[in-house]
Amino acid sequence: MGRYVLRRCLLAVPVVLGVATLVFLLIHLIPGDPVDLMLGETAREADKTQLRRELRLDRPLAEQYGTFLAGLARGDLGRSLHTRQPVLETIAQRLPATAELALAALLFACALALPLGVLSAVRRNSGWDYGALSLALLGAAMPNFWLGPLLIMGFALALDWLPVSGRDGMSAVILPAVTLGSGMAAILMRMTRASLLDVLGQDHLVVARAKGLAPSRVLLRHGLRPALLPVLTLIGLQLGALLAGAIVTETIFAWPGVGRLTVQAILSRDYPLAQGCVLAIAVGYVLVNLLTDWLYAAVDPRIRDGR
Amino acid sequence: MAGRITRRRSPLILLGLAVIGLLAAMAVWGVLRSPQAPIQQRLSEGLAAPSWEHPLGQDRLGRDQWSRLLAGARISLLVGAAVVSVSLMIGLLVGGAAGLAGGWIDELLMRLTDILLAFPGLLLAIALTAVLGPGLDHVILALCAMGWVGYARLVRGQLLSLREREYVVAARAIGVPRLRLFGRHLLPNLAGPLLVEASFGMAHAIVAEASLSFLGLGIQPPAPSWGSMLAEGRAFGLLAPHLTLAPGLAIMIVVLGLNLLGDGLRDLLDARGSAHGAPF
Repeated sequence: MGRYVLRRCLLAVPVVLGVATLVFLLIHLIPGDPVDLMLGETAREADKTQLRRELRLDRPLAEQYGTFLAGLARGDLGRSLHTRQPVLETIAQRLPATAELALAALLFACALALPLGVLSAVRRNSGWDYGALSLALLGAAMPNFWLGPLLIMGFALALDWLPVSGRDGMSAVILPAVTLGSGMAAILMRMTRASLLDVLGQDHLVVARAKGLAPSRVLLRHGLRPALLPVLTLIGLQLGALLAGAIVTETIFAWPGVGRLTVQAILSRDYPLAQGCVLAIAVGYVLVNLLTDWLYAAVDPRIRDGR
Repeated sequence: MAGRITRRRSPLILLGLAVIGLLAAMAVWGVLRSPQAPIQQRLSEGLAAPSWEHPLGQDRLGRDQWSRLLAGARISLLVGAAVVSVSLMIGLLVGGAAGLAGGWIDELLMRLTDILLAFPGLLLAIALTAVLGPGLDHVILALCAMGWVGYARLVRGQLLSLREREYVVAARAIGVPRLRLFGRHLLPNLAGPLLVEASFGMAHAIVAEASLSFLGLGIQPPAPSWGSMLAEGRAFGLLAPHLTLAPGLAIMIVVLGLNLLGDGLRDLLDARGSAHGAPF
């Protein structure tokens, strides 16, 4: 187990380094002068020179790269052009909101998808099955930037049950979580159904039924446990993807997280902040995937023993 | 057996093809017979509800929503087709090189795909459009930059399994050159899984473009992308719900159709090698 975890960690190092390099190159290899992009071409030459010096854009590329990596190792991602606050601090302030939204979306997706997936598999080819599958198809096809405004129109504006936007109170997370989690719910439901159907056809289930175990016990004890393993991996992968989905959802609901910060930074051309946000989300994704690997190995002995 | 599967599954494929046909028809109709120029403003009729003259109503500036939806169909189709074909070509080249060459070339290319896959969903496209600036060509470029990875992985994976097959081993044994082996014996076997991936890829590209435009990073006003139409419409909420309903419904129908096409093709070809997720 220890060796497996160590190997996965070591494999993640070059990926994180590559991600950092790519994010660095994005700003430095674009055609034209990044300072022109940030300040606009009409800015005063003195301001441009000062910014260029501040961002070390007047230094050779290799030196800039070295400084960037050294800063990264110290947790120094530069300062925001607009607020002058350290980028890392700004992101850290927004992180709890994104984590809260992602977890709420995950809870919603699991609470909806797992029972529906099980029901769909147990009552295969019934009205329940077709209904759940149709719901999953719609959920997968419905973009969150449409679902969000529809939910706002229905539950916030017409019925006035929930807030339109912001993060005040527990109820504020409901609509953003449903918006962000619906796509994931669709994928999870289909996966749960397929995985359980696969397990239900296996020999040990037939034996369990044949020896007279109650159907509910067969399902819960012998069916669900192995069936949920692939679902667990998918949840991990999807949790990482939620971080990216949060960019759109947070923008719709003015949710004060890292996703909205990313869009704001890009639209206001605050490149050090935007660079930090993109890096933070990508590294967060790699870490969540790593965590999923560990969790999977902890649950399934075949993985960690390399069988 | 194959015939039975074809008959049973063909409704999905037919439905998917019908949706692509509908999208193409809307795009062509928008060019040839658009009821009104999609950017023509009638300020006094701003936010008007649907009527006989304007079946989907008018937006804030009095522009005909139906004409804009038709023009948006053209953009969606263009982005979907361009991103899928360019990504497919790059993916075929990179995946082909990795799968056929093996060794350090394979290792290098796959580590590159690992790095790109560390950017979840739209993130890389958002970062790229941030530095390149908005606009149709930049959106296509940004989506291709991440779009090829899935195809490359698929091609490489398929090639690794195909090259162990007897007919490939036999062809190599009699000295068929690598490129000829790829073109004549391997490529035809890749077509099925690639077609499945392309259906889902087109749906992804259309949603991704609409997402970028929704965020203000994609197609810029006054050009009517379905995503930017939604962004404009949602500001008016219940005051003009038709502005939110029409473009969203259009995106959903197209994505649903393409997903069904992908599902149908996958069932038909039993292309189990196609890994697909729907990150956005």
